[in-house]
Amino acid sequence: MTDPRELYQQVILEHNKKPRNFGKLAPCTHHAEGFNPLCGDQLDLTLVIEDGIVQDIKFQGSGCAIDTASASLMTGAVKGRPVAEAEAMAEQFRGMVRGELDPATEAPLLGKLTLFSGVKDLPSRVKCAVLPWATLHAALKGEEEASTE
Amino acid sequence: MSVDLKPLDVAVVRQDFPLLSRILHGKPVIYLDSAVSGQMPVQAIDRMTKYQRDEHTNVHRGVSTLSQEATDFYEAAREKVRKFIGAGSIKEIVWTRGTTEAINLVAQTFGRMTVKAGDEILLSAMEHHANIVPWQMLAQEKGATIKVIPMTDDGELILDSLDELITDRTKLLGVVHVSNVLGTVNPVKEIIARAHAKGVPVLVDGAQAVPHLPVDVRDLDADFYVFSGHKLSGPTGIGVLYGKLAHLEAMPPWHGGGSMIRSVSWEKTTYLPAPGKFEAGTPPIAAAIGLGAAIDYVTALGLDRIAAHEHELLAYATERLAGLPGLRILGNAKDKASVLSFVVEGIHAHDMGSLLDGEGVVVRAGHHCAQPVMTRFCVPATTRASFAYFNTREEVDILVSAVLKAIELFK
Repeated sequence: MTDPRELYQQVILEHNKKPRNFGKLAPCTHHAEGFNPLCGDQLDLTLVIEDGIVQDIKFQGSGCAIDTASASLMTGAVKGRPVAEAEAMAEQFRGMVRGELDPATEAPLLGKLTLFSGVKDLPSRVKCAVLPWATLHAALKGEEEASTE
Repeated sequence: MSVDLKPLDVAVVRQDFPLLSRILHGKPVIYLDSAVSGQMPVQAIDRMTKYQRDEHTNVHRGVSTLSQEATDFYEAAREKVRKFIGAGSIKEIVWTRGTTEAINLVAQTFGRMTVKAGDEILLSAMEHHANIVPWQMLAQEKGATIKVIPMTDDGELILDSLDELITDRTKLLGVVHVSNVLGTVNPVKEIIARAHAKGVPVLVDGAQAVPHLPVDVRDLDADFYVFSGHKLSGPTGIGVLYGKLAHLEAMPPWHGGGSMIRSVSWEKTTYLPAPGKFEAGTPPIAAAIGLGAAIDYVTALGLDRIAAHEHELLAYATERLAGLPGLRILGNAKDKASVLSFVVEGIHAHDMGSLLDGEGVVVRAGHHCAQPVMTRFCVPATTRASFAYFNTREEVDILVSAVLKAIELFK
């Protein structure tokens, strides 16, 4: 990809404008805050996990379109899934945007999230797409903070 | 500024900058990021290469012809800096790695010497992190406090209360000459005069000023004036601390080592006078010589002509961008230089930056190492276009249509 415009597809633009699962769960069972020190993006993630299943998840914070759309799509994708599967998705997502996994064959859990695969050609924006997933990983591990640095 | 100033021949000037003919994402590169780092003209690049190929050895070492030659070129560059900023003596010109190191040097020597528990350091609300963090570190070490000169919504310092902000506990005032985010040209001469009336020395961060307007440190009466080579069409890794000789003489050395001593024994070591005592170790010789060549280059173009050209571009870009839907310009000071920051409703600066990059337009998107300024204006980040003497109105037009395309995409 040579043109960054290719990344800004309708789905991403639409989720940026109308993010799903936006807000804060109270009470929650899991919580973490994510920071991207370089660009100042921040994300607050709250989850309710029961019987090993992500029953509910919400995010809030401020960030760019890539970050916001990634968080919006992530929350939709992991809701209702077993924790172990959410963890595996986080792994696949990170591998994909770093160009280590082929989205067509090696990221079976990601579904429409493969539309972020173009981020691998914009190295300065990889952290934006990954921040929600890094924050999810921290929350599941019981850590309070995630940083992309 | 003279109205009948002969304008720059920008088409000719552009030929001195090889990078300007690069293609980015299939489009000619539009470099509107000189505030982040200026481009070097081939004259400076070639001078550095010649030094590195044919003339290199260490300076201030031994009796060889080569060492003497290198020392002469290196010291000649110092003289060029002296003349460029109107300092009285080359003893007042200290080489540093850049603006940041120069401020740290002053904080760790002059600051440590003068600031005590309960004292105050006064800074402006539009400082770069480089003129905040070294003072916070000092304040923490000494138990001193930082006070801030506020600014208006237009990005002008509010100086009405300056005389009250300067108290008998104030030990130093630090102020940026030209804001890297807002473009504001601060009235540093007036600020210095009012600080001096109360006996307070002033450090001026001139990193964004020296590339755009003539600076005379004696006319300003600055105690310290600091800037970086790479924003002045020179290389990275070299910068300048100007200090009044009386201050430099009173200050202790900072880094210890070779080059900064008069004699060393186990019992007692003595130091060189300024500037030598602040220049431990082997300096970036090629970078100093390259900066000297860059100063020759901009001096030949003429800072008055550079300023006139950039002002015209800034006014044109301001007028065109201000008309775009949802776009807000940050920094509307009456006196501005070369920097244009903006935000667009519903589009984060990083998305704008990526989309402009796709059009070949190079700008800075982010907090510009000035997070307190972002907080002041309640924005996470801005997109900043900055203009140099090689930019054109046509490039401004391309910027404007690229911004408009981004706005359309996010609609």
